[in-house]
Amino acid sequence: MRKSATPLLIAALLAGVAGPAGAKKDKDAPAATQGSSVEPENPYPSTYKAYPGTATAIRGATIFDGEGGRIDNGVIFLSDGKITAIGGADTPIPADIAVFDGTGKYVTPGVIDIHSHLGNYPSPGVDAHSDGNEATAPVTAHVWAEHSIWPQDAGFSRALANGGVTSLQILPGSANLFGGRSVTLKNVPARTMQGMKFPGAPHGLKMACGENPKRVYGSKGREPSTRMGNMAVNRATWIKARDFQKKRAAGKDQSRDLGMETLADVLEGKILVHNHCYRADEMANVIDMGKEFGYRVTAFHHAVEAYKIADLLRDNGVCSALWGDWYGFKMEAYDGIKENVPLVHRAGACTIVHSDDDNGIQRLNQEAAKALGAGRRMGIDIPDEIAWTWLAINPARAMGISDQTGSLKVGKMADVVLWNGNPFSTYTRPNKVWIDGALLYDSANPKLRPVSDFEVGQIGAGDVK
Amino acid sequence: MSDQNHPLPPFALSLSKGLAERSRSHFAPLSGRLRLPSARTVLAGLLFAISTPAFAQSLAITGATLAIGDGSEPIRNGTVVITAGKVTAAGAGIAIPPGTKTIDAAGKWVTPGLVSGFSRVGLVEVPAVNETNDASARSPFSAAIDVAPAINPLANPVAISRTAGITRAVVVPSTGTGIFAGQGAVVDLGADMNPITKPRAFQYVEMGEEGAKDAGGSRPAAILTFKTMLREAQEFAKAPASYDGRSKDALLNRIDAEALVPVVTGAMPLMVHVESGRDILAVLALRQDFPALKLILAGAAEGWMVAPQIAAAKVPVIAGGLDDLPSSFEKLAATQSNVGRMVKAGVAVSMGLMDRDEGLQLRLATQQAGNMVALNKVPGATGLSWGQALRTISSASAEAMGLGDRIGSLKAGRAGDVVLWDGDPLEMTSAPLAVWIDGIAQPLDNRQTKLRDRYATPEEGALPKAYAW
Repeated sequence: MRKSATPLLIAALLAGVAGPAGAKKDKDAPAATQGSSVEPENPYPSTYKAYPGTATAIRGATIFDGEGGRIDNGVIFLSDGKITAIGGADTPIPADIAVFDGTGKYVTPGVIDIHSHLGNYPSPGVDAHSDGNEATAPVTAHVWAEHSIWPQDAGFSRALANGGVTSLQILPGSANLFGGRSVTLKNVPARTMQGMKFPGAPHGLKMACGENPKRVYGSKGREPSTRMGNMAVNRATWIKARDFQKKRAAGKDQSRDLGMETLADVLEGKILVHNHCYRADEMANVIDMGKEFGYRVTAFHHAVEAYKIADLLRDNGVCSALWGDWYGFKMEAYDGIKENVPLVHRAGACTIVHSDDDNGIQRLNQEAAKALGAGRRMGIDIPDEIAWTWLAINPARAMGISDQTGSLKVGKMADVVLWNGNPFSTYTRPNKVWIDGALLYDSANPKLRPVSDFEVGQIGAGDVK
Repeated sequence: MSDQNHPLPPFALSLSKGLAERSRSHFAPLSGRLRLPSARTVLAGLLFAISTPAFAQSLAITGATLAIGDGSEPIRNGTVVITAGKVTAAGAGIAIPPGTKTIDAAGKWVTPGLVSGFSRVGLVEVPAVNETNDASARSPFSAAIDVAPAINPLANPVAISRTAGITRAVVVPSTGTGIFAGQGAVVDLGADMNPITKPRAFQYVEMGEEGAKDAGGSRPAAILTFKTMLREAQEFAKAPASYDGRSKDALLNRIDAEALVPVVTGAMPLMVHVESGRDILAVLALRQDFPALKLILAGAAEGWMVAPQIAAAKVPVIAGGLDDLPSSFEKLAATQSNVGRMVKAGVAVSMGLMDRDEGLQLRLATQQAGNMVALNKVPGATGLSWGQALRTISSASAEAMGLGDRIGSLKAGRAGDVVLWDGDPLEMTSAPLAVWIDGIAQPLDNRQTKLRDRYATPEEGALPKAYAW
């Protein structure tokens, strides 16, 4: 009765670091080089356009702004897809707009999940849908997760309606050392992946430490079969990538190589590294490997032992993307503790709560609550509004989208959740969710609940899930 | 709580609890097992002198928000009294016998110890490490497999679950050879070496997509296999000596045939994992051939679609609770309202872990239950009241196992399994302050709390971390 092994992934780079250069390339710009090596800037561009919204204000709610700020009895005003005003009860709003009474309710930026496999391990989880791991070679930097995304995964709508998730990163699986490129999506139903793709978001590179790569390939009688094999294959690959990148930077003609293009972009800071890595000792090795080859890990994902090296992670500016309470399901998860998130947070390192799970993504607020409570019991008294950064600005930074979303600042995308109570309570659910100012979920309106193509016409379609 | 910093290893605690249990003869028949090797009595006596807190004593917890666990709503300023390892009274305005140790629980919550309705606790240490995973086997045997002797009360997930307020659990084997997995047990999660509350509490069978796979690839094959095996068990029951079990036509060997006899007669419940509405009806229909079957449904993600039929059949359901994705074709109509709708239709529903980490994450019970309450505020959804939600992870789980008169609630006469919480137990920010099992205060430290304390500051001190323990 257990689902397929938890797909565990990798990677990410960094919070607190500026968005990667080149994140917003002009897709019409000429390529840097000519001839056989022409590398298109943006071959699968986003076609996402914000849906129409109406100017809307919420009055009287408690607001967590996603960057650690809190406003009691606050006002937020959304128009033209953006946050146009936020403040206390006296914040002026136009007279002729829809106003929701937020009394007793809470407003937050939309939840951002930095680690999801919706779309590439979709429901139903049949073999035909197993599109997350190109588990045929340990180095598959050339694959792009976006080419596996099935937009009809019902999981997207559950994450929206039950979890208030407005943006998410879909990563390749963790079977491989270099799993391939990730993609960041707006959580808006679409016919195509391009219709969900977050405009201007940088790609990520998924990497994986530890048990999965060595098990998958060791069992096939090939390298890597050990952790030292993992590192050796990683290093050999980075050596090739640096050669490729140097030639590319020098404008020398060379054949296109999809994997090397990805890795060269990492070395030039254009692609963010999201590294699945559980154990403290392995994370330390990876940090050193980044220094050896001149790149930085943005975030360690599933870092169940991050608490053991929180100082190291802080000093190296690496984020930790963590579960609230997962532990022990495999050897490298054996030392997981509930206090991981608050301990890493207290050390001053960037902390993110992630799901890696189509059920967990519906309750990331509750996962954060577990961490919050565990921290408070050991004397780490983190206020609610600070804890919300784990689900908002911190993942936004690590995904390179913090200039556009991840907090309720004037001018940012109006990705907003109105909760029917304190979102750290188990009894709380999203009341309404706006994405770019468009009301895309309303618990009071059965028609504002997306039903995927897979579900339409099936039993239970349109039911409250 | 008093054992939180106890210098003795769990084994020492176990011996002292064992002694205490010997004085409580009413519990011995529950497991039917000898609970303490006599050779250890002297040592245990010595340990007793050191570890007195482990002994059951009369105890009253007063002033709490008190939930009985029977579906009733919590009451303010409640009292529970435990004497000789059992609940003797719980409610408001309870008289406390003179001389009873009293704990003031004002501002806190008290519930019965939680009962996980579906788990593999004690069968698994690290699921992905095969040597530590005793949930299933490729074995010549299936139905005769009995998990009880293999339960490891020192498995770390036992202590971790206990620390979270889980005091009892239904332990379910999973299939390795064929559709029958064997006989599950009900266990306690006490810090002692005697975990079994009820051995051979039920037989387990797969009948949905998983059952089809286990039977060779189809549902018709699973149903035919099931019926044939039960008929063979009937043959065995009629003439044990002449049942061969080795002929080419026999599906069951003698041992497995014997194990299925109590299933056919209804003496042993049969837990059937099935998810879709149509599969549920097919399982209920098995009673046409085997009228005595005492069915329990596990899973039932689409149970709401056939809830009236389940209720009419008086079959209890152990549900996963939060399933709401069409994660397989047998769960197309899954919804979080499943539990609420079934309860509304009169089905006895409890909750357990169905999809992952059944050996580890029993503590998710409170999250499952809390989310049932949350649904009440979602238009169109069907949730549970707080008291009903708690019931699904306490008395309903016990009743599904036929143990409602022994565990799972704070009604008088039930085992002294009590949890004192620092807040609303269904909130994720809350945690137990104290846990009693059979009236015995339990240690609330575990491997995770030790790691937490060791790394409260990550930097090395005067000596490496390895010296901090």
